[in-house]
Order: sequence, then C-alpha cells, then structure tokens
Amino acid sequence: MTQPERQAWDVVVVGAGGAGLRAAIEAREQGARTAVICKSLFGKAHTVMAEGGIAASMGNVNEGDNWQVHFRDTMRGGKFLNDWRMAELHAREAPDRVWELETWGALFDRTADGRISQRNFGGHEYPRLAHVGDRTGLELIRTLQQKIVSLQQEDFREFGDHEARLKVFQECTITRVLKDESRGEDGGAVSGVFAYERESGRFFVIESPAVVLATGGIGKSFKVTSNSWEYTGDGHALALLAGARLTNMEFVQFHPTGMVWPPSVKGILVTESVRGDGGVLRNSDGKRFMFDYVPDVFKDKYAKTEEEGDRWYEDADNNRRPPELLPRDEVARAINAEVKAGRGSPHGGVFLDVSTRMPAETIRRRLPSMHHQFKELADVDITAEPMEVGPTCHYVMGGVWVEPDTAQARGVTGLYAAGEVAGGMHGSNRLGGNSLSDLLVFGRRAGLHAAQYALGLGGGRPAVDPGTVDAAADEALRPFSAGAGAGEQTAGDSGENPYTLHQELQTTMNDLVGIIRRGGEMTEALQQLARLRARARRAGVEGHRQFNPGWHLALDLRNMLLVSECVARAALEREESRGGHTREDHPEMDRQWRRVNLLCRLADGGDDTPFGKEPAGDAAAGPGRGRIELVRHTTPHIRRDLLALFEKDELAKYLPDEELFQ
Amino acid sequence: MTHTAHFKVWRGDAEGGGLADYDIEVNEGEVVLDIIHRLQATQAPDLAVRWNCKAGKCGSCSAEINGRPRLLCMTRMSVFDPAETVTVTPMRAFPVMRDLVTDVSFNYTKAREVPAFVPPPELEPGEYRMMQEDVGRSQEFRKCIECFLCQDTCHVVRDHEENKPAFAGPRFLMRVAELDMHPLDAAAESGLDRKRTAQEEHGLGYCNITKCCTEVCPENIKITDNALIPLKERAADRKYDPLVWLGNKIRRRGE
Ligand SMILES: Cc1cc2nc3c(=O)[nH]c(=O)nc-3n(C[C@H](O)[C@H](O)[C@H](O)COP(=O)(O)OP(=O)(O)OC[C@H]3O[C@@H](n4cnc5c(N)ncnc54)[C@H](O)[C@@H]3O)c2cc1C
Ligand code: SF4
Ligand code: SF4
Ligand code: FES
Repeated sequence: MTQPERQAWDVVVVGAGGAGLRAAIEAREQGARTAVICKSLFGKAHTVMAEGGIAASMGNVNEGDNWQVHFRDTMRGGKFLNDWRMAELHAREAPDRVWELETWGALFDRTADGRISQRNFGGHEYPRLAHVGDRTGLELIRTLQQKIVSLQQEDFREFGDHEARLKVFQECTITRVLKDESRGEDGGAVSGVFAYERESGRFFVIESPAVVLATGGIGKSFKVTSNSWEYTGDGHALALLAGARLTNMEFVQFHPTGMVWPPSVKGILVTESVRGDGGVLRNSDGKRFMFDYVPDVFKDKYAKTEEEGDRWYEDADNNRRPPELLPRDEVARAINAEVKAGRGSPHGGVFLDVSTRMPAETIRRRLPSMHHQFKELADVDITAEPMEVGPTCHYVMGGVWVEPDTAQARGVTGLYAAGEVAGGMHGSNRLGGNSLSDLLVFGRRAGLHAAQYALGLGGGRPAVDPGTVDAAADEALRPFSAGAGAGEQTAGDSGENPYTLHQELQTTMNDLVGIIRRGGEMTEALQQLARLRARARRAGVEGHRQFNPGWHLALDLRNMLLVSECVARAALEREESRGGHTREDHPEMDRQWRRVNLLCRLADGGDDTPFGKEPAGDAAAGPGRGRIELVRHTTPHIRRDLLALFEKDELAKYLPDEELFQ
Repeated sequence: MTHTAHFKVWRGDAEGGGLADYDIEVNEGEVVLDIIHRLQATQAPDLAVRWNCKAGKCGSCSAEINGRPRLLCMTRMSVFDPAETVTVTPMRAFPVMRDLVTDVSFNYTKAREVPAFVPPPELEPGEYRMMQEDVGRSQEFRKCIECFLCQDTCHVVRDHEENKPAFAGPRFLMRVAELDMHPLDAAAESGLDRKRTAQEEHGLGYCNITKCCTEVCPENIKITDNALIPLKERAADRKYDPLVWLGNKIRRRGE
C-alpha cells in the first residue's frame, strides 16, 4: 500500500471545541507549531451549543463568592468522588480564564456597574455563571476562534503565511493515535496521528510527539440525548487504544430537562437557566413536586416552602434556594419518579413553567434561544404556556485518567486530554457551568504542558512506524469490503447497515444502562454489546470515499462500542448509587465506595483490528469476552487544608471513618 | 399523522449532478433534516449533508429548500403541503463538494481579512467595565451562528463570482461593524480605522441595502438596518463628505 502523506508539527490538538481551541492557543503562544484537527467546520464544535454559562467565582454579583466556595460546591455536586486537585485548580483558575476572554473580544452580559454579570445555577451557592443570554457557548467558541484568527494574522505579518505556526484541519477525523514502542514509558511514546479527510476520503499522517485529545463526549451512544453527531466517544476510544485508562465511566449525566415532544426533537436541551431564572417544575396535579425530593445530605440547604424559595430570588442571603435548583442528578431522578408514578405530562415528561413566573418581555430577553426553540420546533409559546420536559443524556463525567496539573494521560508519554474527554474533575456528577470553565482551565494546562514537552525533546522525536500506518489504513478501509474482516463474506453481501447497528446500540444503552440501572439489565446490555460488536465487524458501506457519511458512521461504531462497554462494565461493578449513577438494586450511597475509582483499560486482545497484536478469533468476538477490563484504584486522601473547608458533620456523610480521622 | 412525501435532492459533485427523486415517510413534528437522515438510513447511505446540533445553534446544515436559503434542521415539514414536492439543493453561491455539502472556505478567508479586536493597552484582565446598553449592539451581531445563508443569498456574490475577491459579504461586514461598535476596541488608537477599511478593503460600497441577507438570517439579526446602514453612515462620516453627513443627520431626525 502506498504510504499516505505526512506532515510534522510540534503539537497536535484533536478537537476544536472550548478545550481544544484553548489548548491550541496556549501551545502556539508557548512557541510550538500547532495543528488543530476537527471533524466538523471550524467554529461548529459541540461547545457552541452550551447555553447557560461558565462558572467562575469572580464575585461580581455576590461578594461572598471565592474559589473555596466554588471548590466546595463542586465537591458536593460530585459527591466527593472528584479528583480534588483538579477541582481545586479549576476553582482557583476559572476567574482568570473568563477575564482573559474579555481581552480577546468576548462580550458577556453586564451587571449594573459594568462588570460581568453572573447568574444562579443548580448546586452553586452564589450567582456564579458568566453568560450571554442563553448562548454562552457560542460566545466562547467564537471568541476562541477569533483569537486563533488573530494569532494567524500575526503569523501572516511575520511569515507571510497565516498557517505558519497554527493551522486548523477542519472536517478531518483521527482514527488512531500512533506510537513509537521503543520510547517513553512502558507502552511507548506518542509519535503522531492517523487521519482521513472527510471531503476526499484521503488519508494523512501527522508526526508529532505531543497529542492533546479534546474530543468531547459520548452521548451519541444513547437514544435520547442533547448531544450532536460528533459525540461518538472518539477521544475516549483513541486513548484506550493508545494504552491509556479511563476513569469514572459509570457516571453519565442525564440532564433533567430535555424536550420530549415532538419525537424528532426529543432530547434537545432546555437550559437550566430556565430554572435558575425562576422557572418551576410541576406535575400533572399542578404540584411543585421537587419539595418532596430533597435528599438528606441537602436538607438544610434548600427551601422548605414555595414562599421561601420564591423569596430567595430577591434575597439570597436570608432565604434558601428552591429545590428545583438541586444538582442535576437529583432533579432528573425526581422527574423520572413522577412520570413513573403516573403524574407526568401528556407526552411523558413533566411541566416546566416560566409563563406564570415572569413577564413575557423578560422571558424573551433572558431566554431568547429557548423562546425561539420551542416556537420553531414545538409550536409552544413559552411566555404563555408551560414546556414539557424530561431527562436526556447530556454529559459524561468519565474520561481519560490524567495527571491533574499537566493533563497528561497517566502512563502514556506524549498524550494529553482536556475537556469533556478527560475524567476526574467532576466526580460522579457535574454542576452546570463547570464544564465551560473546565475546558478553559485544563485546555490551557494541556496546551502548556504538551508544548513544553514537545519543545523540550529537541531533535530526537519518537518515530512513526510505516507498519502501524498500514494497519490504520487497513482498518479504516475495512467497511468497503464488508464481512471480510470476519472471514465470512459472500458475494453480493454488502454487510451490516451501520445506521441500523447504531440505532440498536442507542436503544440498548438507553434502555439497559440509562438513568435508573439494574444489575440484570446491565449484564444483558454487555451481551448485546458483544453481539453488536461482532456484527459491527461486518458493517459495510456503499459508494466511495468522498464525503460518505455511511462510511464515517461505520468507523465511529468502533468507538461507540468500546465506550459503551466501559460504561456498562463500570456501572455493573459499582454497587451503590452516587451522582449520575443510580442503581435500583443498590439505592444508597456507600461511603466505602468513595475512595474507589474504577479504571477501564483495553483487555489483552481487546484490539480486534488489523492493529491488534493478537489476531482476533471468533472467541474474541463472542459474547463471553469483552474488550475492556476494570481495575480498582484507591484515590489519595483529600488534602487537609481542603478538607478543613467543610464542616465535620457534612464530611461524615461522604467520607468513611478512616478518612475522617486520618 | 404519517404521510409519504415526494423529495427531490441534488446529488452529485464538482463534476456535475442532478436532482434525484425519493418517496419517503414523514411523521408529525419532523424537520427537513429528519427526512434527509431517514433517506440516509434507508435509501441513500452515502448522501452527503452537514449537520451538528440539530437545534439551530451551530449553522452547519445550510442548504436551499425550494430555492430558498434555510437551515435544514429548523425547517419544519408542516410548512409544506403534504402533496407538494420538496426540493433540496446545496447553497448556490459556493462550489459544490458533494450532494448538499459545499465548499465554504470563501467565508473563512474573509474572516481572516478582518483585523481582530484590539484590547485597550491600559486595562488588565478583570478591569473591563462596560454598560449593558453599550454592549447590546455588538451582542446582537455576535448571535451570528455563521450559517453563511446571508452570504449565499446576497446578490453581490450569488451569481457574481468576480465580486468575491473584493466583497466580504454581509456576515463579515457585520463583523467589522461589531468591532467598530465594541465599547473598548482600541483599533483607532492603534491607527486602524475600521470604518474606512469597511469601505476600502471589505467592499461595503457594493451593498445596496436590499435587505435580502436580513430576510434569510435564522437568528433574525437585523444585518442591514443595524450593521450595514450604520456602518455606511459612519464610513461616509469618516470620509468628510459634509453633504452625505448632513443628509444622514437630517434623515435620521426626520424618521
Ligand atoms: C445542549 C448543551 C448545553 C450545554 N450547556 C452548558 C453550559 O451552559 N455550561 C457548561 O459549562 N456546559 C454546558 N454543556 C456542556 C459543554 O458544552 C460540553 O461539555 C463542552 O462544550 C465540551 O467541550 P469540549 O471542548 O470538551 O469538546 P467539544 O466542544 O465537543 O469539541 C469536540 C471537538 O472534537 C472534535 N472531534 C471529536 N472526535 C474527533 C476525531 N475523531 N477526530 C478529529 N476531531 C474530533 C470535534 O469535531 C470537535 O471539534 C452543554 C452541553 C450541551 C449538549
Ligand atoms: S443588504 Fe447588502 S449585504 Fe445584504 S443582501 Fe443586500 S446587498 Fe447584500
Ligand atoms: S448573520 Fe445570520 S444569516 Fe448571516 S451567517 Fe450569521 S446567522 Fe447566518
Ligand atoms: S444542525 Fe446545527 S444549525 Fe442545523
């Protein structure tokens, strides 16, 4: 096979969302020649969809706020499973990351004295989310995009070439991170990436000692989701295949409020700002049911009556917040329970109402996209009637297991991960607004350390082995000779339809590893995943390589199946309920599980592709054998000065005794 | 509530192509993008289309439906008569890559030609103070999702390839206006006159305020009234043409 074209860069960033762009800006400013690769057009990454805001304790609206309070809220939200060092770095650095956006041209909504306005959100003690109406993600991505353009303009002035030191390869997909086995830690060191261009189907290789994964989430493995097509868990899978481990994969966030009607829009997000700004949840009896669902750990932090909750919007210092603003996992479970008890709305959700809570004019000003979205897609005027909402798969807390300070994937030299693809920061449940800040804080750190590592290597860089490039090309071309991989192709057999496989996968995950989980169902899910995996080896496509979505999907299936298996396996193993993970058969949170992190890694022979060392026989594809194995890891004790930020009584709810009295 | 609709979808690539016919199921509440997806899943697995969010937020799924530039994900099937043929074609102002996907690099080239925000040198991060009423105008323009439908529809370039080098198009003229109205942009202090460049470098003069761009904008941004016309006024102002300047003042007062 002829070898694909090669280019050399210092740092490759996979992904052009908030995390990827921030990483690229940093790497380039450190002096590294940086390539950014993304599946869709520049400026369209999933981050563009974020609505409510970005959390940072600037204290512009309530002076009581500071990083310690933000840290506390984040740990509580994650039920203390968070990597505390990441949570600390995040809370400390978020304000600087937001302010810096203003110097790049961002225009946030303002307070009366001209500072950045901040809004309330679930789980945040003070108004903390910097925002632009309900299109904060668009502002974030556009600002970073325009900063990249401004750096390119600088390079043009200096070198006569916009892309001399920072280039965006848009509509290109990475299918493999390449390694040089002879270098770095035991598994070898990163030497580059293998990619195809969506437009032409052409393959290419970028040689680079440092690769930053910033590929976002995994929601497209679930049927009802707020996520876009890009969320096929590519970065999670690329990391696994490159020898990294994933942590916290059992924790998937179901956002409590997605649209439920009409069916074609089911899952599209209804931003939490609707509740932050005063919207309330009601069941079919007209009751504000959230008052019945305040769990013990939060009892003294939330209003007991509607009157108190309503007063809080005006006077937060002397009243407690309404329970509609509990962390997402609590609200999602409550909605689920109401619907199950027969008190749902006509289309199987509950009612979310702003129309009786604020004047129409205010709604249109503060929630313009929601107003637009419901009017255009559901014929509902939210200034006059309630919305119908229900839980939707929204965010994955789990991800690449990284070093908190450097964002390096533990144990893989040259690999970094930031943003939704990285794990640990949010523990078992992410607070709203904490993702956008996470992207910037750890995106910057990943870019910084990737650049320092790459530049520090000098000339002796890890090499790209032509054999692995051939294997990557074989793997990517397999769908065009469907069935051949499994050795059972017959003439005229065009293989399995990738769209059908994808739909079956989504149904499996949605129904068997969804918001409420049971041991038996997850065991069944694992069996179904194994069968789907065997069939996916025969996924076939028609047509040619030029912009062929069927082919792209066939390749994405590998990633979705790997990641889904991680979720199902870890969820089956964790026999407790915590944050985004709810077991009907183990409904309580168990303090002993607080220090257990479940790590997923590729099992021996798990790479059943032309790449894998062990050729995959039928046994490898059979239901008995998975491609993922779990390892238990004990998390380090939380640093004392951070523990001291909490009351002993509160800690006793979360931490096992030996940790309390360490 | 299910019916079968007749679709014509442009299939082809840079070499050429034509409309292909499909009969396809339509359910209640669906948008055109749902139908395109159903075609992919059942009849045309290699039908190329761009999309990301399916919620009108990313501006990826731009195309022309019955000749009108629109977002596929925000066009509901209920706006068509069930008996009507729905024709979906790629954006006309840009070269076709494949099927409904066009080469929109023109827009990225133009984006690079607009000088970036210039931060005020005397302010540190965190020290910016701006009033809501002063940022509101630029914020309206920052709602832009870069769907490029306005670029597609503007007659200056729609059928005039030759104007492309000289004309940034409504989206990027609006970007100039946005920066010009930014309360803290220090371009002027650094010697950059945004109004003048709008006229001399980005082709503002080609725009004869037909407002077609405003009509197709899915974000309902008043591109012409709020960005292009004020920019023209400010540019004219800058050129020290006292008559135009006076004329504008008088007209505005009389409005
Ligand atoms: C509807 C919605 C609203 C939200 N609102 C908020 C909010 O208000 N506040 C908040 O904090 N969070 C919010 N979130 C969460 C937040 O938006 C995401 O977690 C965050 O944007 C993820 O950013 P990222 O940089 O990690 O990845 P993304 O922005 O998703 O970018 C991923 C990038 O990776 C690229 N990519 C993926 N795979 C590959 C591959 N194989 N090869 C090449 N490129 C690849 C993609 O093309 C893309 O450019 C919201 C999420 C949704 C869905
Ligand atoms: S108003 Fe100007 S920019 Fe807009 S479509 Fe007309 S000529 Fe083009
Ligand atoms: S101004 Fe409107 S039509 Fe033009 S690119 Fe932006 S959103 Fe699209
Ligand atoms: S898919 Fe994002 S705007 Fe249509």
